Amino acid sequence: MADPQLVLELREVTRDFGEGEARSRVLRGVDVALRRGEFAALVGPSGSGKSTLLNIMGLLDRPTSGRVFVCGEDTAALGDEARTRYRGRTLGFVFQFHHLLPEFTALENVMLPMAADRGRLDGSMRECGEVLLDLVGLKPKLHARPSQLSGGQAQRVAIARALAMNPRVVLADEPTGNLDTQTSDDVFAMLRDVNRRQGVTFLVVTHDARLAQRCDRIIDLVDGRIVSDRPNPRPA
Amino acid sequence: MPFEWFVALRYLREGRAQTALILGGTTVGVAVLVFLTALISGLQRSLVAQTLSSQAHVLVKAPERVARPLPLEAGLAADRVQRTPDRIRSVEQWQQVLEAVERIPGVVAATPTAAGSAFASRGEASKPVAVRGVDDETFGKVIEIGSKIKAGRFRLDGTKVVIGTVLAEDLGVGVGDKLRLTTPEGRGDNFLVEGIFDLGNRDVNQRWVLVPLRSAQTMLDLPGGATTIEVRVADVFAADGIARQIERDHGLGADSWMKLNEQLLVALRSQSASSYMIQALVIVAVALGIASVLGVSVIQKSREIGILRATGTPTGRIQRIFLIEGALVGAAGSVFGGLLGTGFAIAFANLAKSPTGEPLFPVDLTARLYLAAFAIAIATGTLAAWFPAIRAARLDPAEVIRYG
Repeated sequence: MADPQLVLELREVTRDFGEGEARSRVLRGVDVALRRGEFAALVGPSGSGKSTLLNIMGLLDRPTSGRVFVCGEDTAALGDEARTRYRGRTLGFVFQFHHLLPEFTALENVMLPMAADRGRLDGSMRECGEVLLDLVGLKPKLHARPSQLSGGQAQRVAIARALAMNPRVVLADEPTGNLDTQTSDDVFAMLRDVNRRQGVTFLVVTHDARLAQRCDRIIDLVDGRIVSDRPNPRPA
Repeated sequence: MPFEWFVALRYLREGRAQTALILGGTTVGVAVLVFLTALISGLQRSLVAQTLSSQAHVLVKAPERVARPLPLEAGLAADRVQRTPDRIRSVEQWQQVLEAVERIPGVVAATPTAAGSAFASRGEASKPVAVRGVDDETFGKVIEIGSKIKAGRFRLDGTKVVIGTVLAEDLGVGVGDKLRLTTPEGRGDNFLVEGIFDLGNRDVNQRWVLVPLRSAQTMLDLPGGATTIEVRVADVFAADGIARQIERDHGLGADSWMKLNEQLLVALRSQSASSYMIQALVIVAVALGIASVLGVSVIQKSREIGILRATGTPTGRIQRIFLIEGALVGAAGSVFGGLLGTGFAIAFANLAKSPTGEPLFPVDLTARLYLAAFAIAIATGTLAAWFPAIRAARLDPAEVIRYG
């Protein structure tokens, strides 16, 4: 029986790209499991397969072999549309660049995943969006367009958007990679705060060793293999 | 508001230059469509109306007589069969035929006519004319004549006649004057001019002499007879079918105005065909314009689409966003294009007018035309958006988020 505390689990996952002689194996049998409420860092040099791993965890890509379980459900059997819906309802994403939709306000950007799931916009989504933007400290910027926000503010909106569907896991791909040190610290602190207050599991890809040290667990990926997966007993 | 409508409307509102471009293209396309259709159908309607101003829609007459050669003796062969010379004949039992024809669905009115040749003379002047003995009560229902009387009135009884403007001028007669009608067989009578008509056709105005049916029957030696039954139908283009039905049901000859004006119909059909061709090319051009601009929009928005997909938006919804954009552009373009096309058509109609104030280029602006333009524009917009929509739905979110 699946452990109810496991929200994301990869078993023997491999991922190959290319055909014939050009074929290369980017992930080489990855086993990893994330527990409820964890705040883990995924570190490793460039080209080690971090983004590929994140895409597979986020159901944006399928493994060449191995299994991916989200909240105990084997996702191999899900068709493309079912994966999309499942992804929207259980997983949140934060990217290196905020990727907010420039045509929409901060509030609308946060509401979009909810509207996409339910097929229409309604008042409850507006309330929910306002609460989330308040949570990330952007209540005064509800109606600002992304172009009117600073990098840090835009990334906070992106975090609020990732939380819109009340996900079990948030996958963050270098969420502070484009920010200056101070803003980066603020955004990271906010992620941590959301993790502690709401119990959402986070997996944060980062190149910044200083930030990795602030996580509960550090997973080190080198050449498509997890070379170390250790708890961080005293997160900074 | 539905998610797809919300996103599509925002994309259109924010993509100002692109939206203006495709909206402009669609507007011009619909304007051409409306203008061309209004002009062509107006011209055609006017031509048909002109043709039918002095002509019944269906002409029922006695069947043609066919010569039946006697059986030949062995060894002899008929070199040719000569056609029987046909004298003026009445439609047999025309009263019953008239009643039956009036009952045919689609027939508006029918009237008997006794027609033949004669000479109209006054003093020294003599002109060959077509005598048409008509019933003044029903004739006006088949051929609109009441409004075309230029002097006097349309009333036929006793020895009254109504003649055309050209004949009146040729003979130098006016209302109240007398003229004499004489058939080639020598039968004739004196008549009083009761009215003068202008049916818009010089030949008719010169040749027609409308006399009471009874007088014509006497002059043409057709006691109680009628050479033709003239029929008016509700849909002029259904005349051919009704003529065939009369031929079939009554064994009589029946010619529709379409058969009698075959050249005109060929010209109308050619005109319609060339107009449809131009309109089809315009629609294709509009569709290509919408498809290319939306295609570019999909490429520009591929990262956004990737984000929408990553955050759980199903492919069907992504597709519908772009289909709705296409349909909305079509709908808005049809409204603006309809207005622009109407403006062009009205301006064109006012450009040149006849001395009576009638436009030389009449235009037909009907609700049906606007509805058709609306439907075509929406269908074109939606179909044109189909390929960009499919392309958007097929984008790989992981790839476009990373590489754009």
